[in-house]
Amino acid sequence: MKPSIIVSLALPLALAALPAAGAKSQKPPVKQTAPAAAAAEDKDATTAEFEKFREVMEDSNPAELFEMKGEELWNEKRGPKQVSLAESCDLGLGIGVVKGAYVQTPRYFADVDQVMDVERRIVHCMVEHQGFKREDIAKKPFSNDTHTPEPVSLVTYVASQSKGMKIAIPQKHPKEIETYRIGAEVFQYRAGPYDFSCATCHGADGKRIRTQQLPNLTKPQGAIKSYLGWPGYRMTGGVMHTLQWRMNDCFRQQRFPEPGYVSDSVTALLSYLGVNSNGYTYKGPGIKR
Amino acid sequence: MTIERKITAALLAGAVFATVAQAEDRNYRAEAIAMIKKDFRSRGIAGYERVQEDGLQAVCNRSGNRPPEAIAKQLEQDQLASVKLPADGKLMGDWKSGEKIAQSGRGMTWADKPGIPGGGNCYNCHQLDPKEKSFGTIGPSLYQFGKLRGNTPETQKYVYSKIYNAKAFNLCSEMPRFGHSGAIGEKEIRDLVALLLDPASPVNK
Ligand code: HEC
Ligand code: HEC
Repeated sequence: MKPSIIVSLALPLALAALPAAGAKSQKPPVKQTAPAAAAAEDKDATTAEFEKFREVMEDSNPAELFEMKGEELWNEKRGPKQVSLAESCDLGLGIGVVKGAYVQTPRYFADVDQVMDVERRIVHCMVEHQGFKREDIAKKPFSNDTHTPEPVSLVTYVASQSKGMKIAIPQKHPKEIETYRIGAEVFQYRAGPYDFSCATCHGADGKRIRTQQLPNLTKPQGAIKSYLGWPGYRMTGGVMHTLQWRMNDCFRQQRFPEPGYVSDSVTALLSYLGVNSNGYTYKGPGIKR
Repeated sequence: MTIERKITAALLAGAVFATVAQAEDRNYRAEAIAMIKKDFRSRGIAGYERVQEDGLQAVCNRSGNRPPEAIAKQLEQDQLASVKLPADGKLMGDWKSGEKIAQSGRGMTWADKPGIPGGGNCYNCHQLDPKEKSFGTIGPSLYQFGKLRGNTPETQKYVYSKIYNAKAFNLCSEMPRFGHSGAIGEKEIRDLVALLLDPASPVNK
């Protein structure tokens, strides 16, 4: 392990305690005429503080560890069939090509006659080419403090190979267009005991839950937040997560039942978010609050 | 068939939103709903049945949250009629307990345990006690709500009913229907009314 990585893994633990301490050091409640003024002031303080931590960490990005692990997994001959993904898996730009693949998925894959996002395609390759069992992969698909699933490291590696490239999710094949349109509808669909949809929390500018900023994902300037910094190393918990996890956890907050891992509904949402982000430059795996 | 159901049925038949439907050669919404029904499954207390929209959700989903005014008014009345006010007529409880309920964001997710009382999530969306700096902005600030709106029986009834069923006053409101959905009970709603209206509550200092 490179020393820089050891340092960067220790850092978030030290930093994790800081935001709470920062929240306590508020100015005494001043007499307010307009409550809205206080709101704006506080939002800036909290955001600024988090941005500061992010800067401290970004020069030795903890995501690198997962990129390295993912690169190994990509190149190694593995699974019951003892095949590597590098020699068998087509992420849309040709077998084994990782450069630019992340910023051009979700996309249509003729071999399955389906639109797939990058994680779904990687899982597909692990099952079809390497012979892993889908049920085994889907059993525990998300990271926790003791376990990082292989697709997470693989997605992080593939994503790192699109650093600095423009997001260009294709909208040529009829199924790509259809998937985007369905994704837009999934995004707006209100149901469940709280009557929430994605749009309840992500449908307007400048909103937040507690102090967490809620990007307006219906507009390009907001939607790009679903690419920038993802896959992301989360300071809270110290784990690496992909957008599959982000979608899953937002459905939890939406009080919905659970979406299937790498299911059509999640691909449709990622198409919607991705196409809305087209044209922006992707900066590689990052750090999230 | 309730009025709500009848109107929903009319909407589904496309009577009201024919223009919207005509603009599409395909019904992507129906395809999205079918996809969700295929892909989701129960987890913990978040049962599969939640993917099914109820009458009100269907109206809001089909109108981009802007139903025609006549329909909105009728359905709001339906929602208001279903609000259960406390039998003893007491609408204000203890603001201190209300503050705790407003703070708690717990409830109704698949990670929540069954039988544990849910929270109000109020600070997720509203400013209340100005000392609490961690508040969301999906809803308006409720700081000084009682000071500005008074503490009359009518105001108490309005606030109780709003928390019980926010849609009774604004059909496609982003605010959940806390009493209607059973997320919180009578005592909790009373305590929240006190948090908003009691002159002693920090909200009104
Ligand atoms: C109850 C509110 C709520 C709902 C409903 C919700 N989200 Fe979120 N979402 C959040 C919060 C809170 C965050 C975290 C923001 C942060 O980390 O600062 C978030 C983060 C995100 C992010 C990452 C943004 C970033 O800056 O990294 C994406 C993408 C996202 N949500 C998409 C969705 C989608 C798609 C849906 C519908 C399936 C959805 N959300 C539903 C509250 C919600
Ligand atoms: C998901 C966000 C959300 C949550 C959670 C929420 N609200 Fe709201 N609330 C709103 C929005 C948006 C409005 C404004 C639109 C409307 O009136 O429906 C509102 C309006 C209100 C109003 C009416 C204000 C007025 O001027 O008449 C009251 C009272 C209120 N909320 C109380 C509460 C309380 C108490 C809680 C906690 C039990 C709560 N809200 C939780 C979003 C929310």
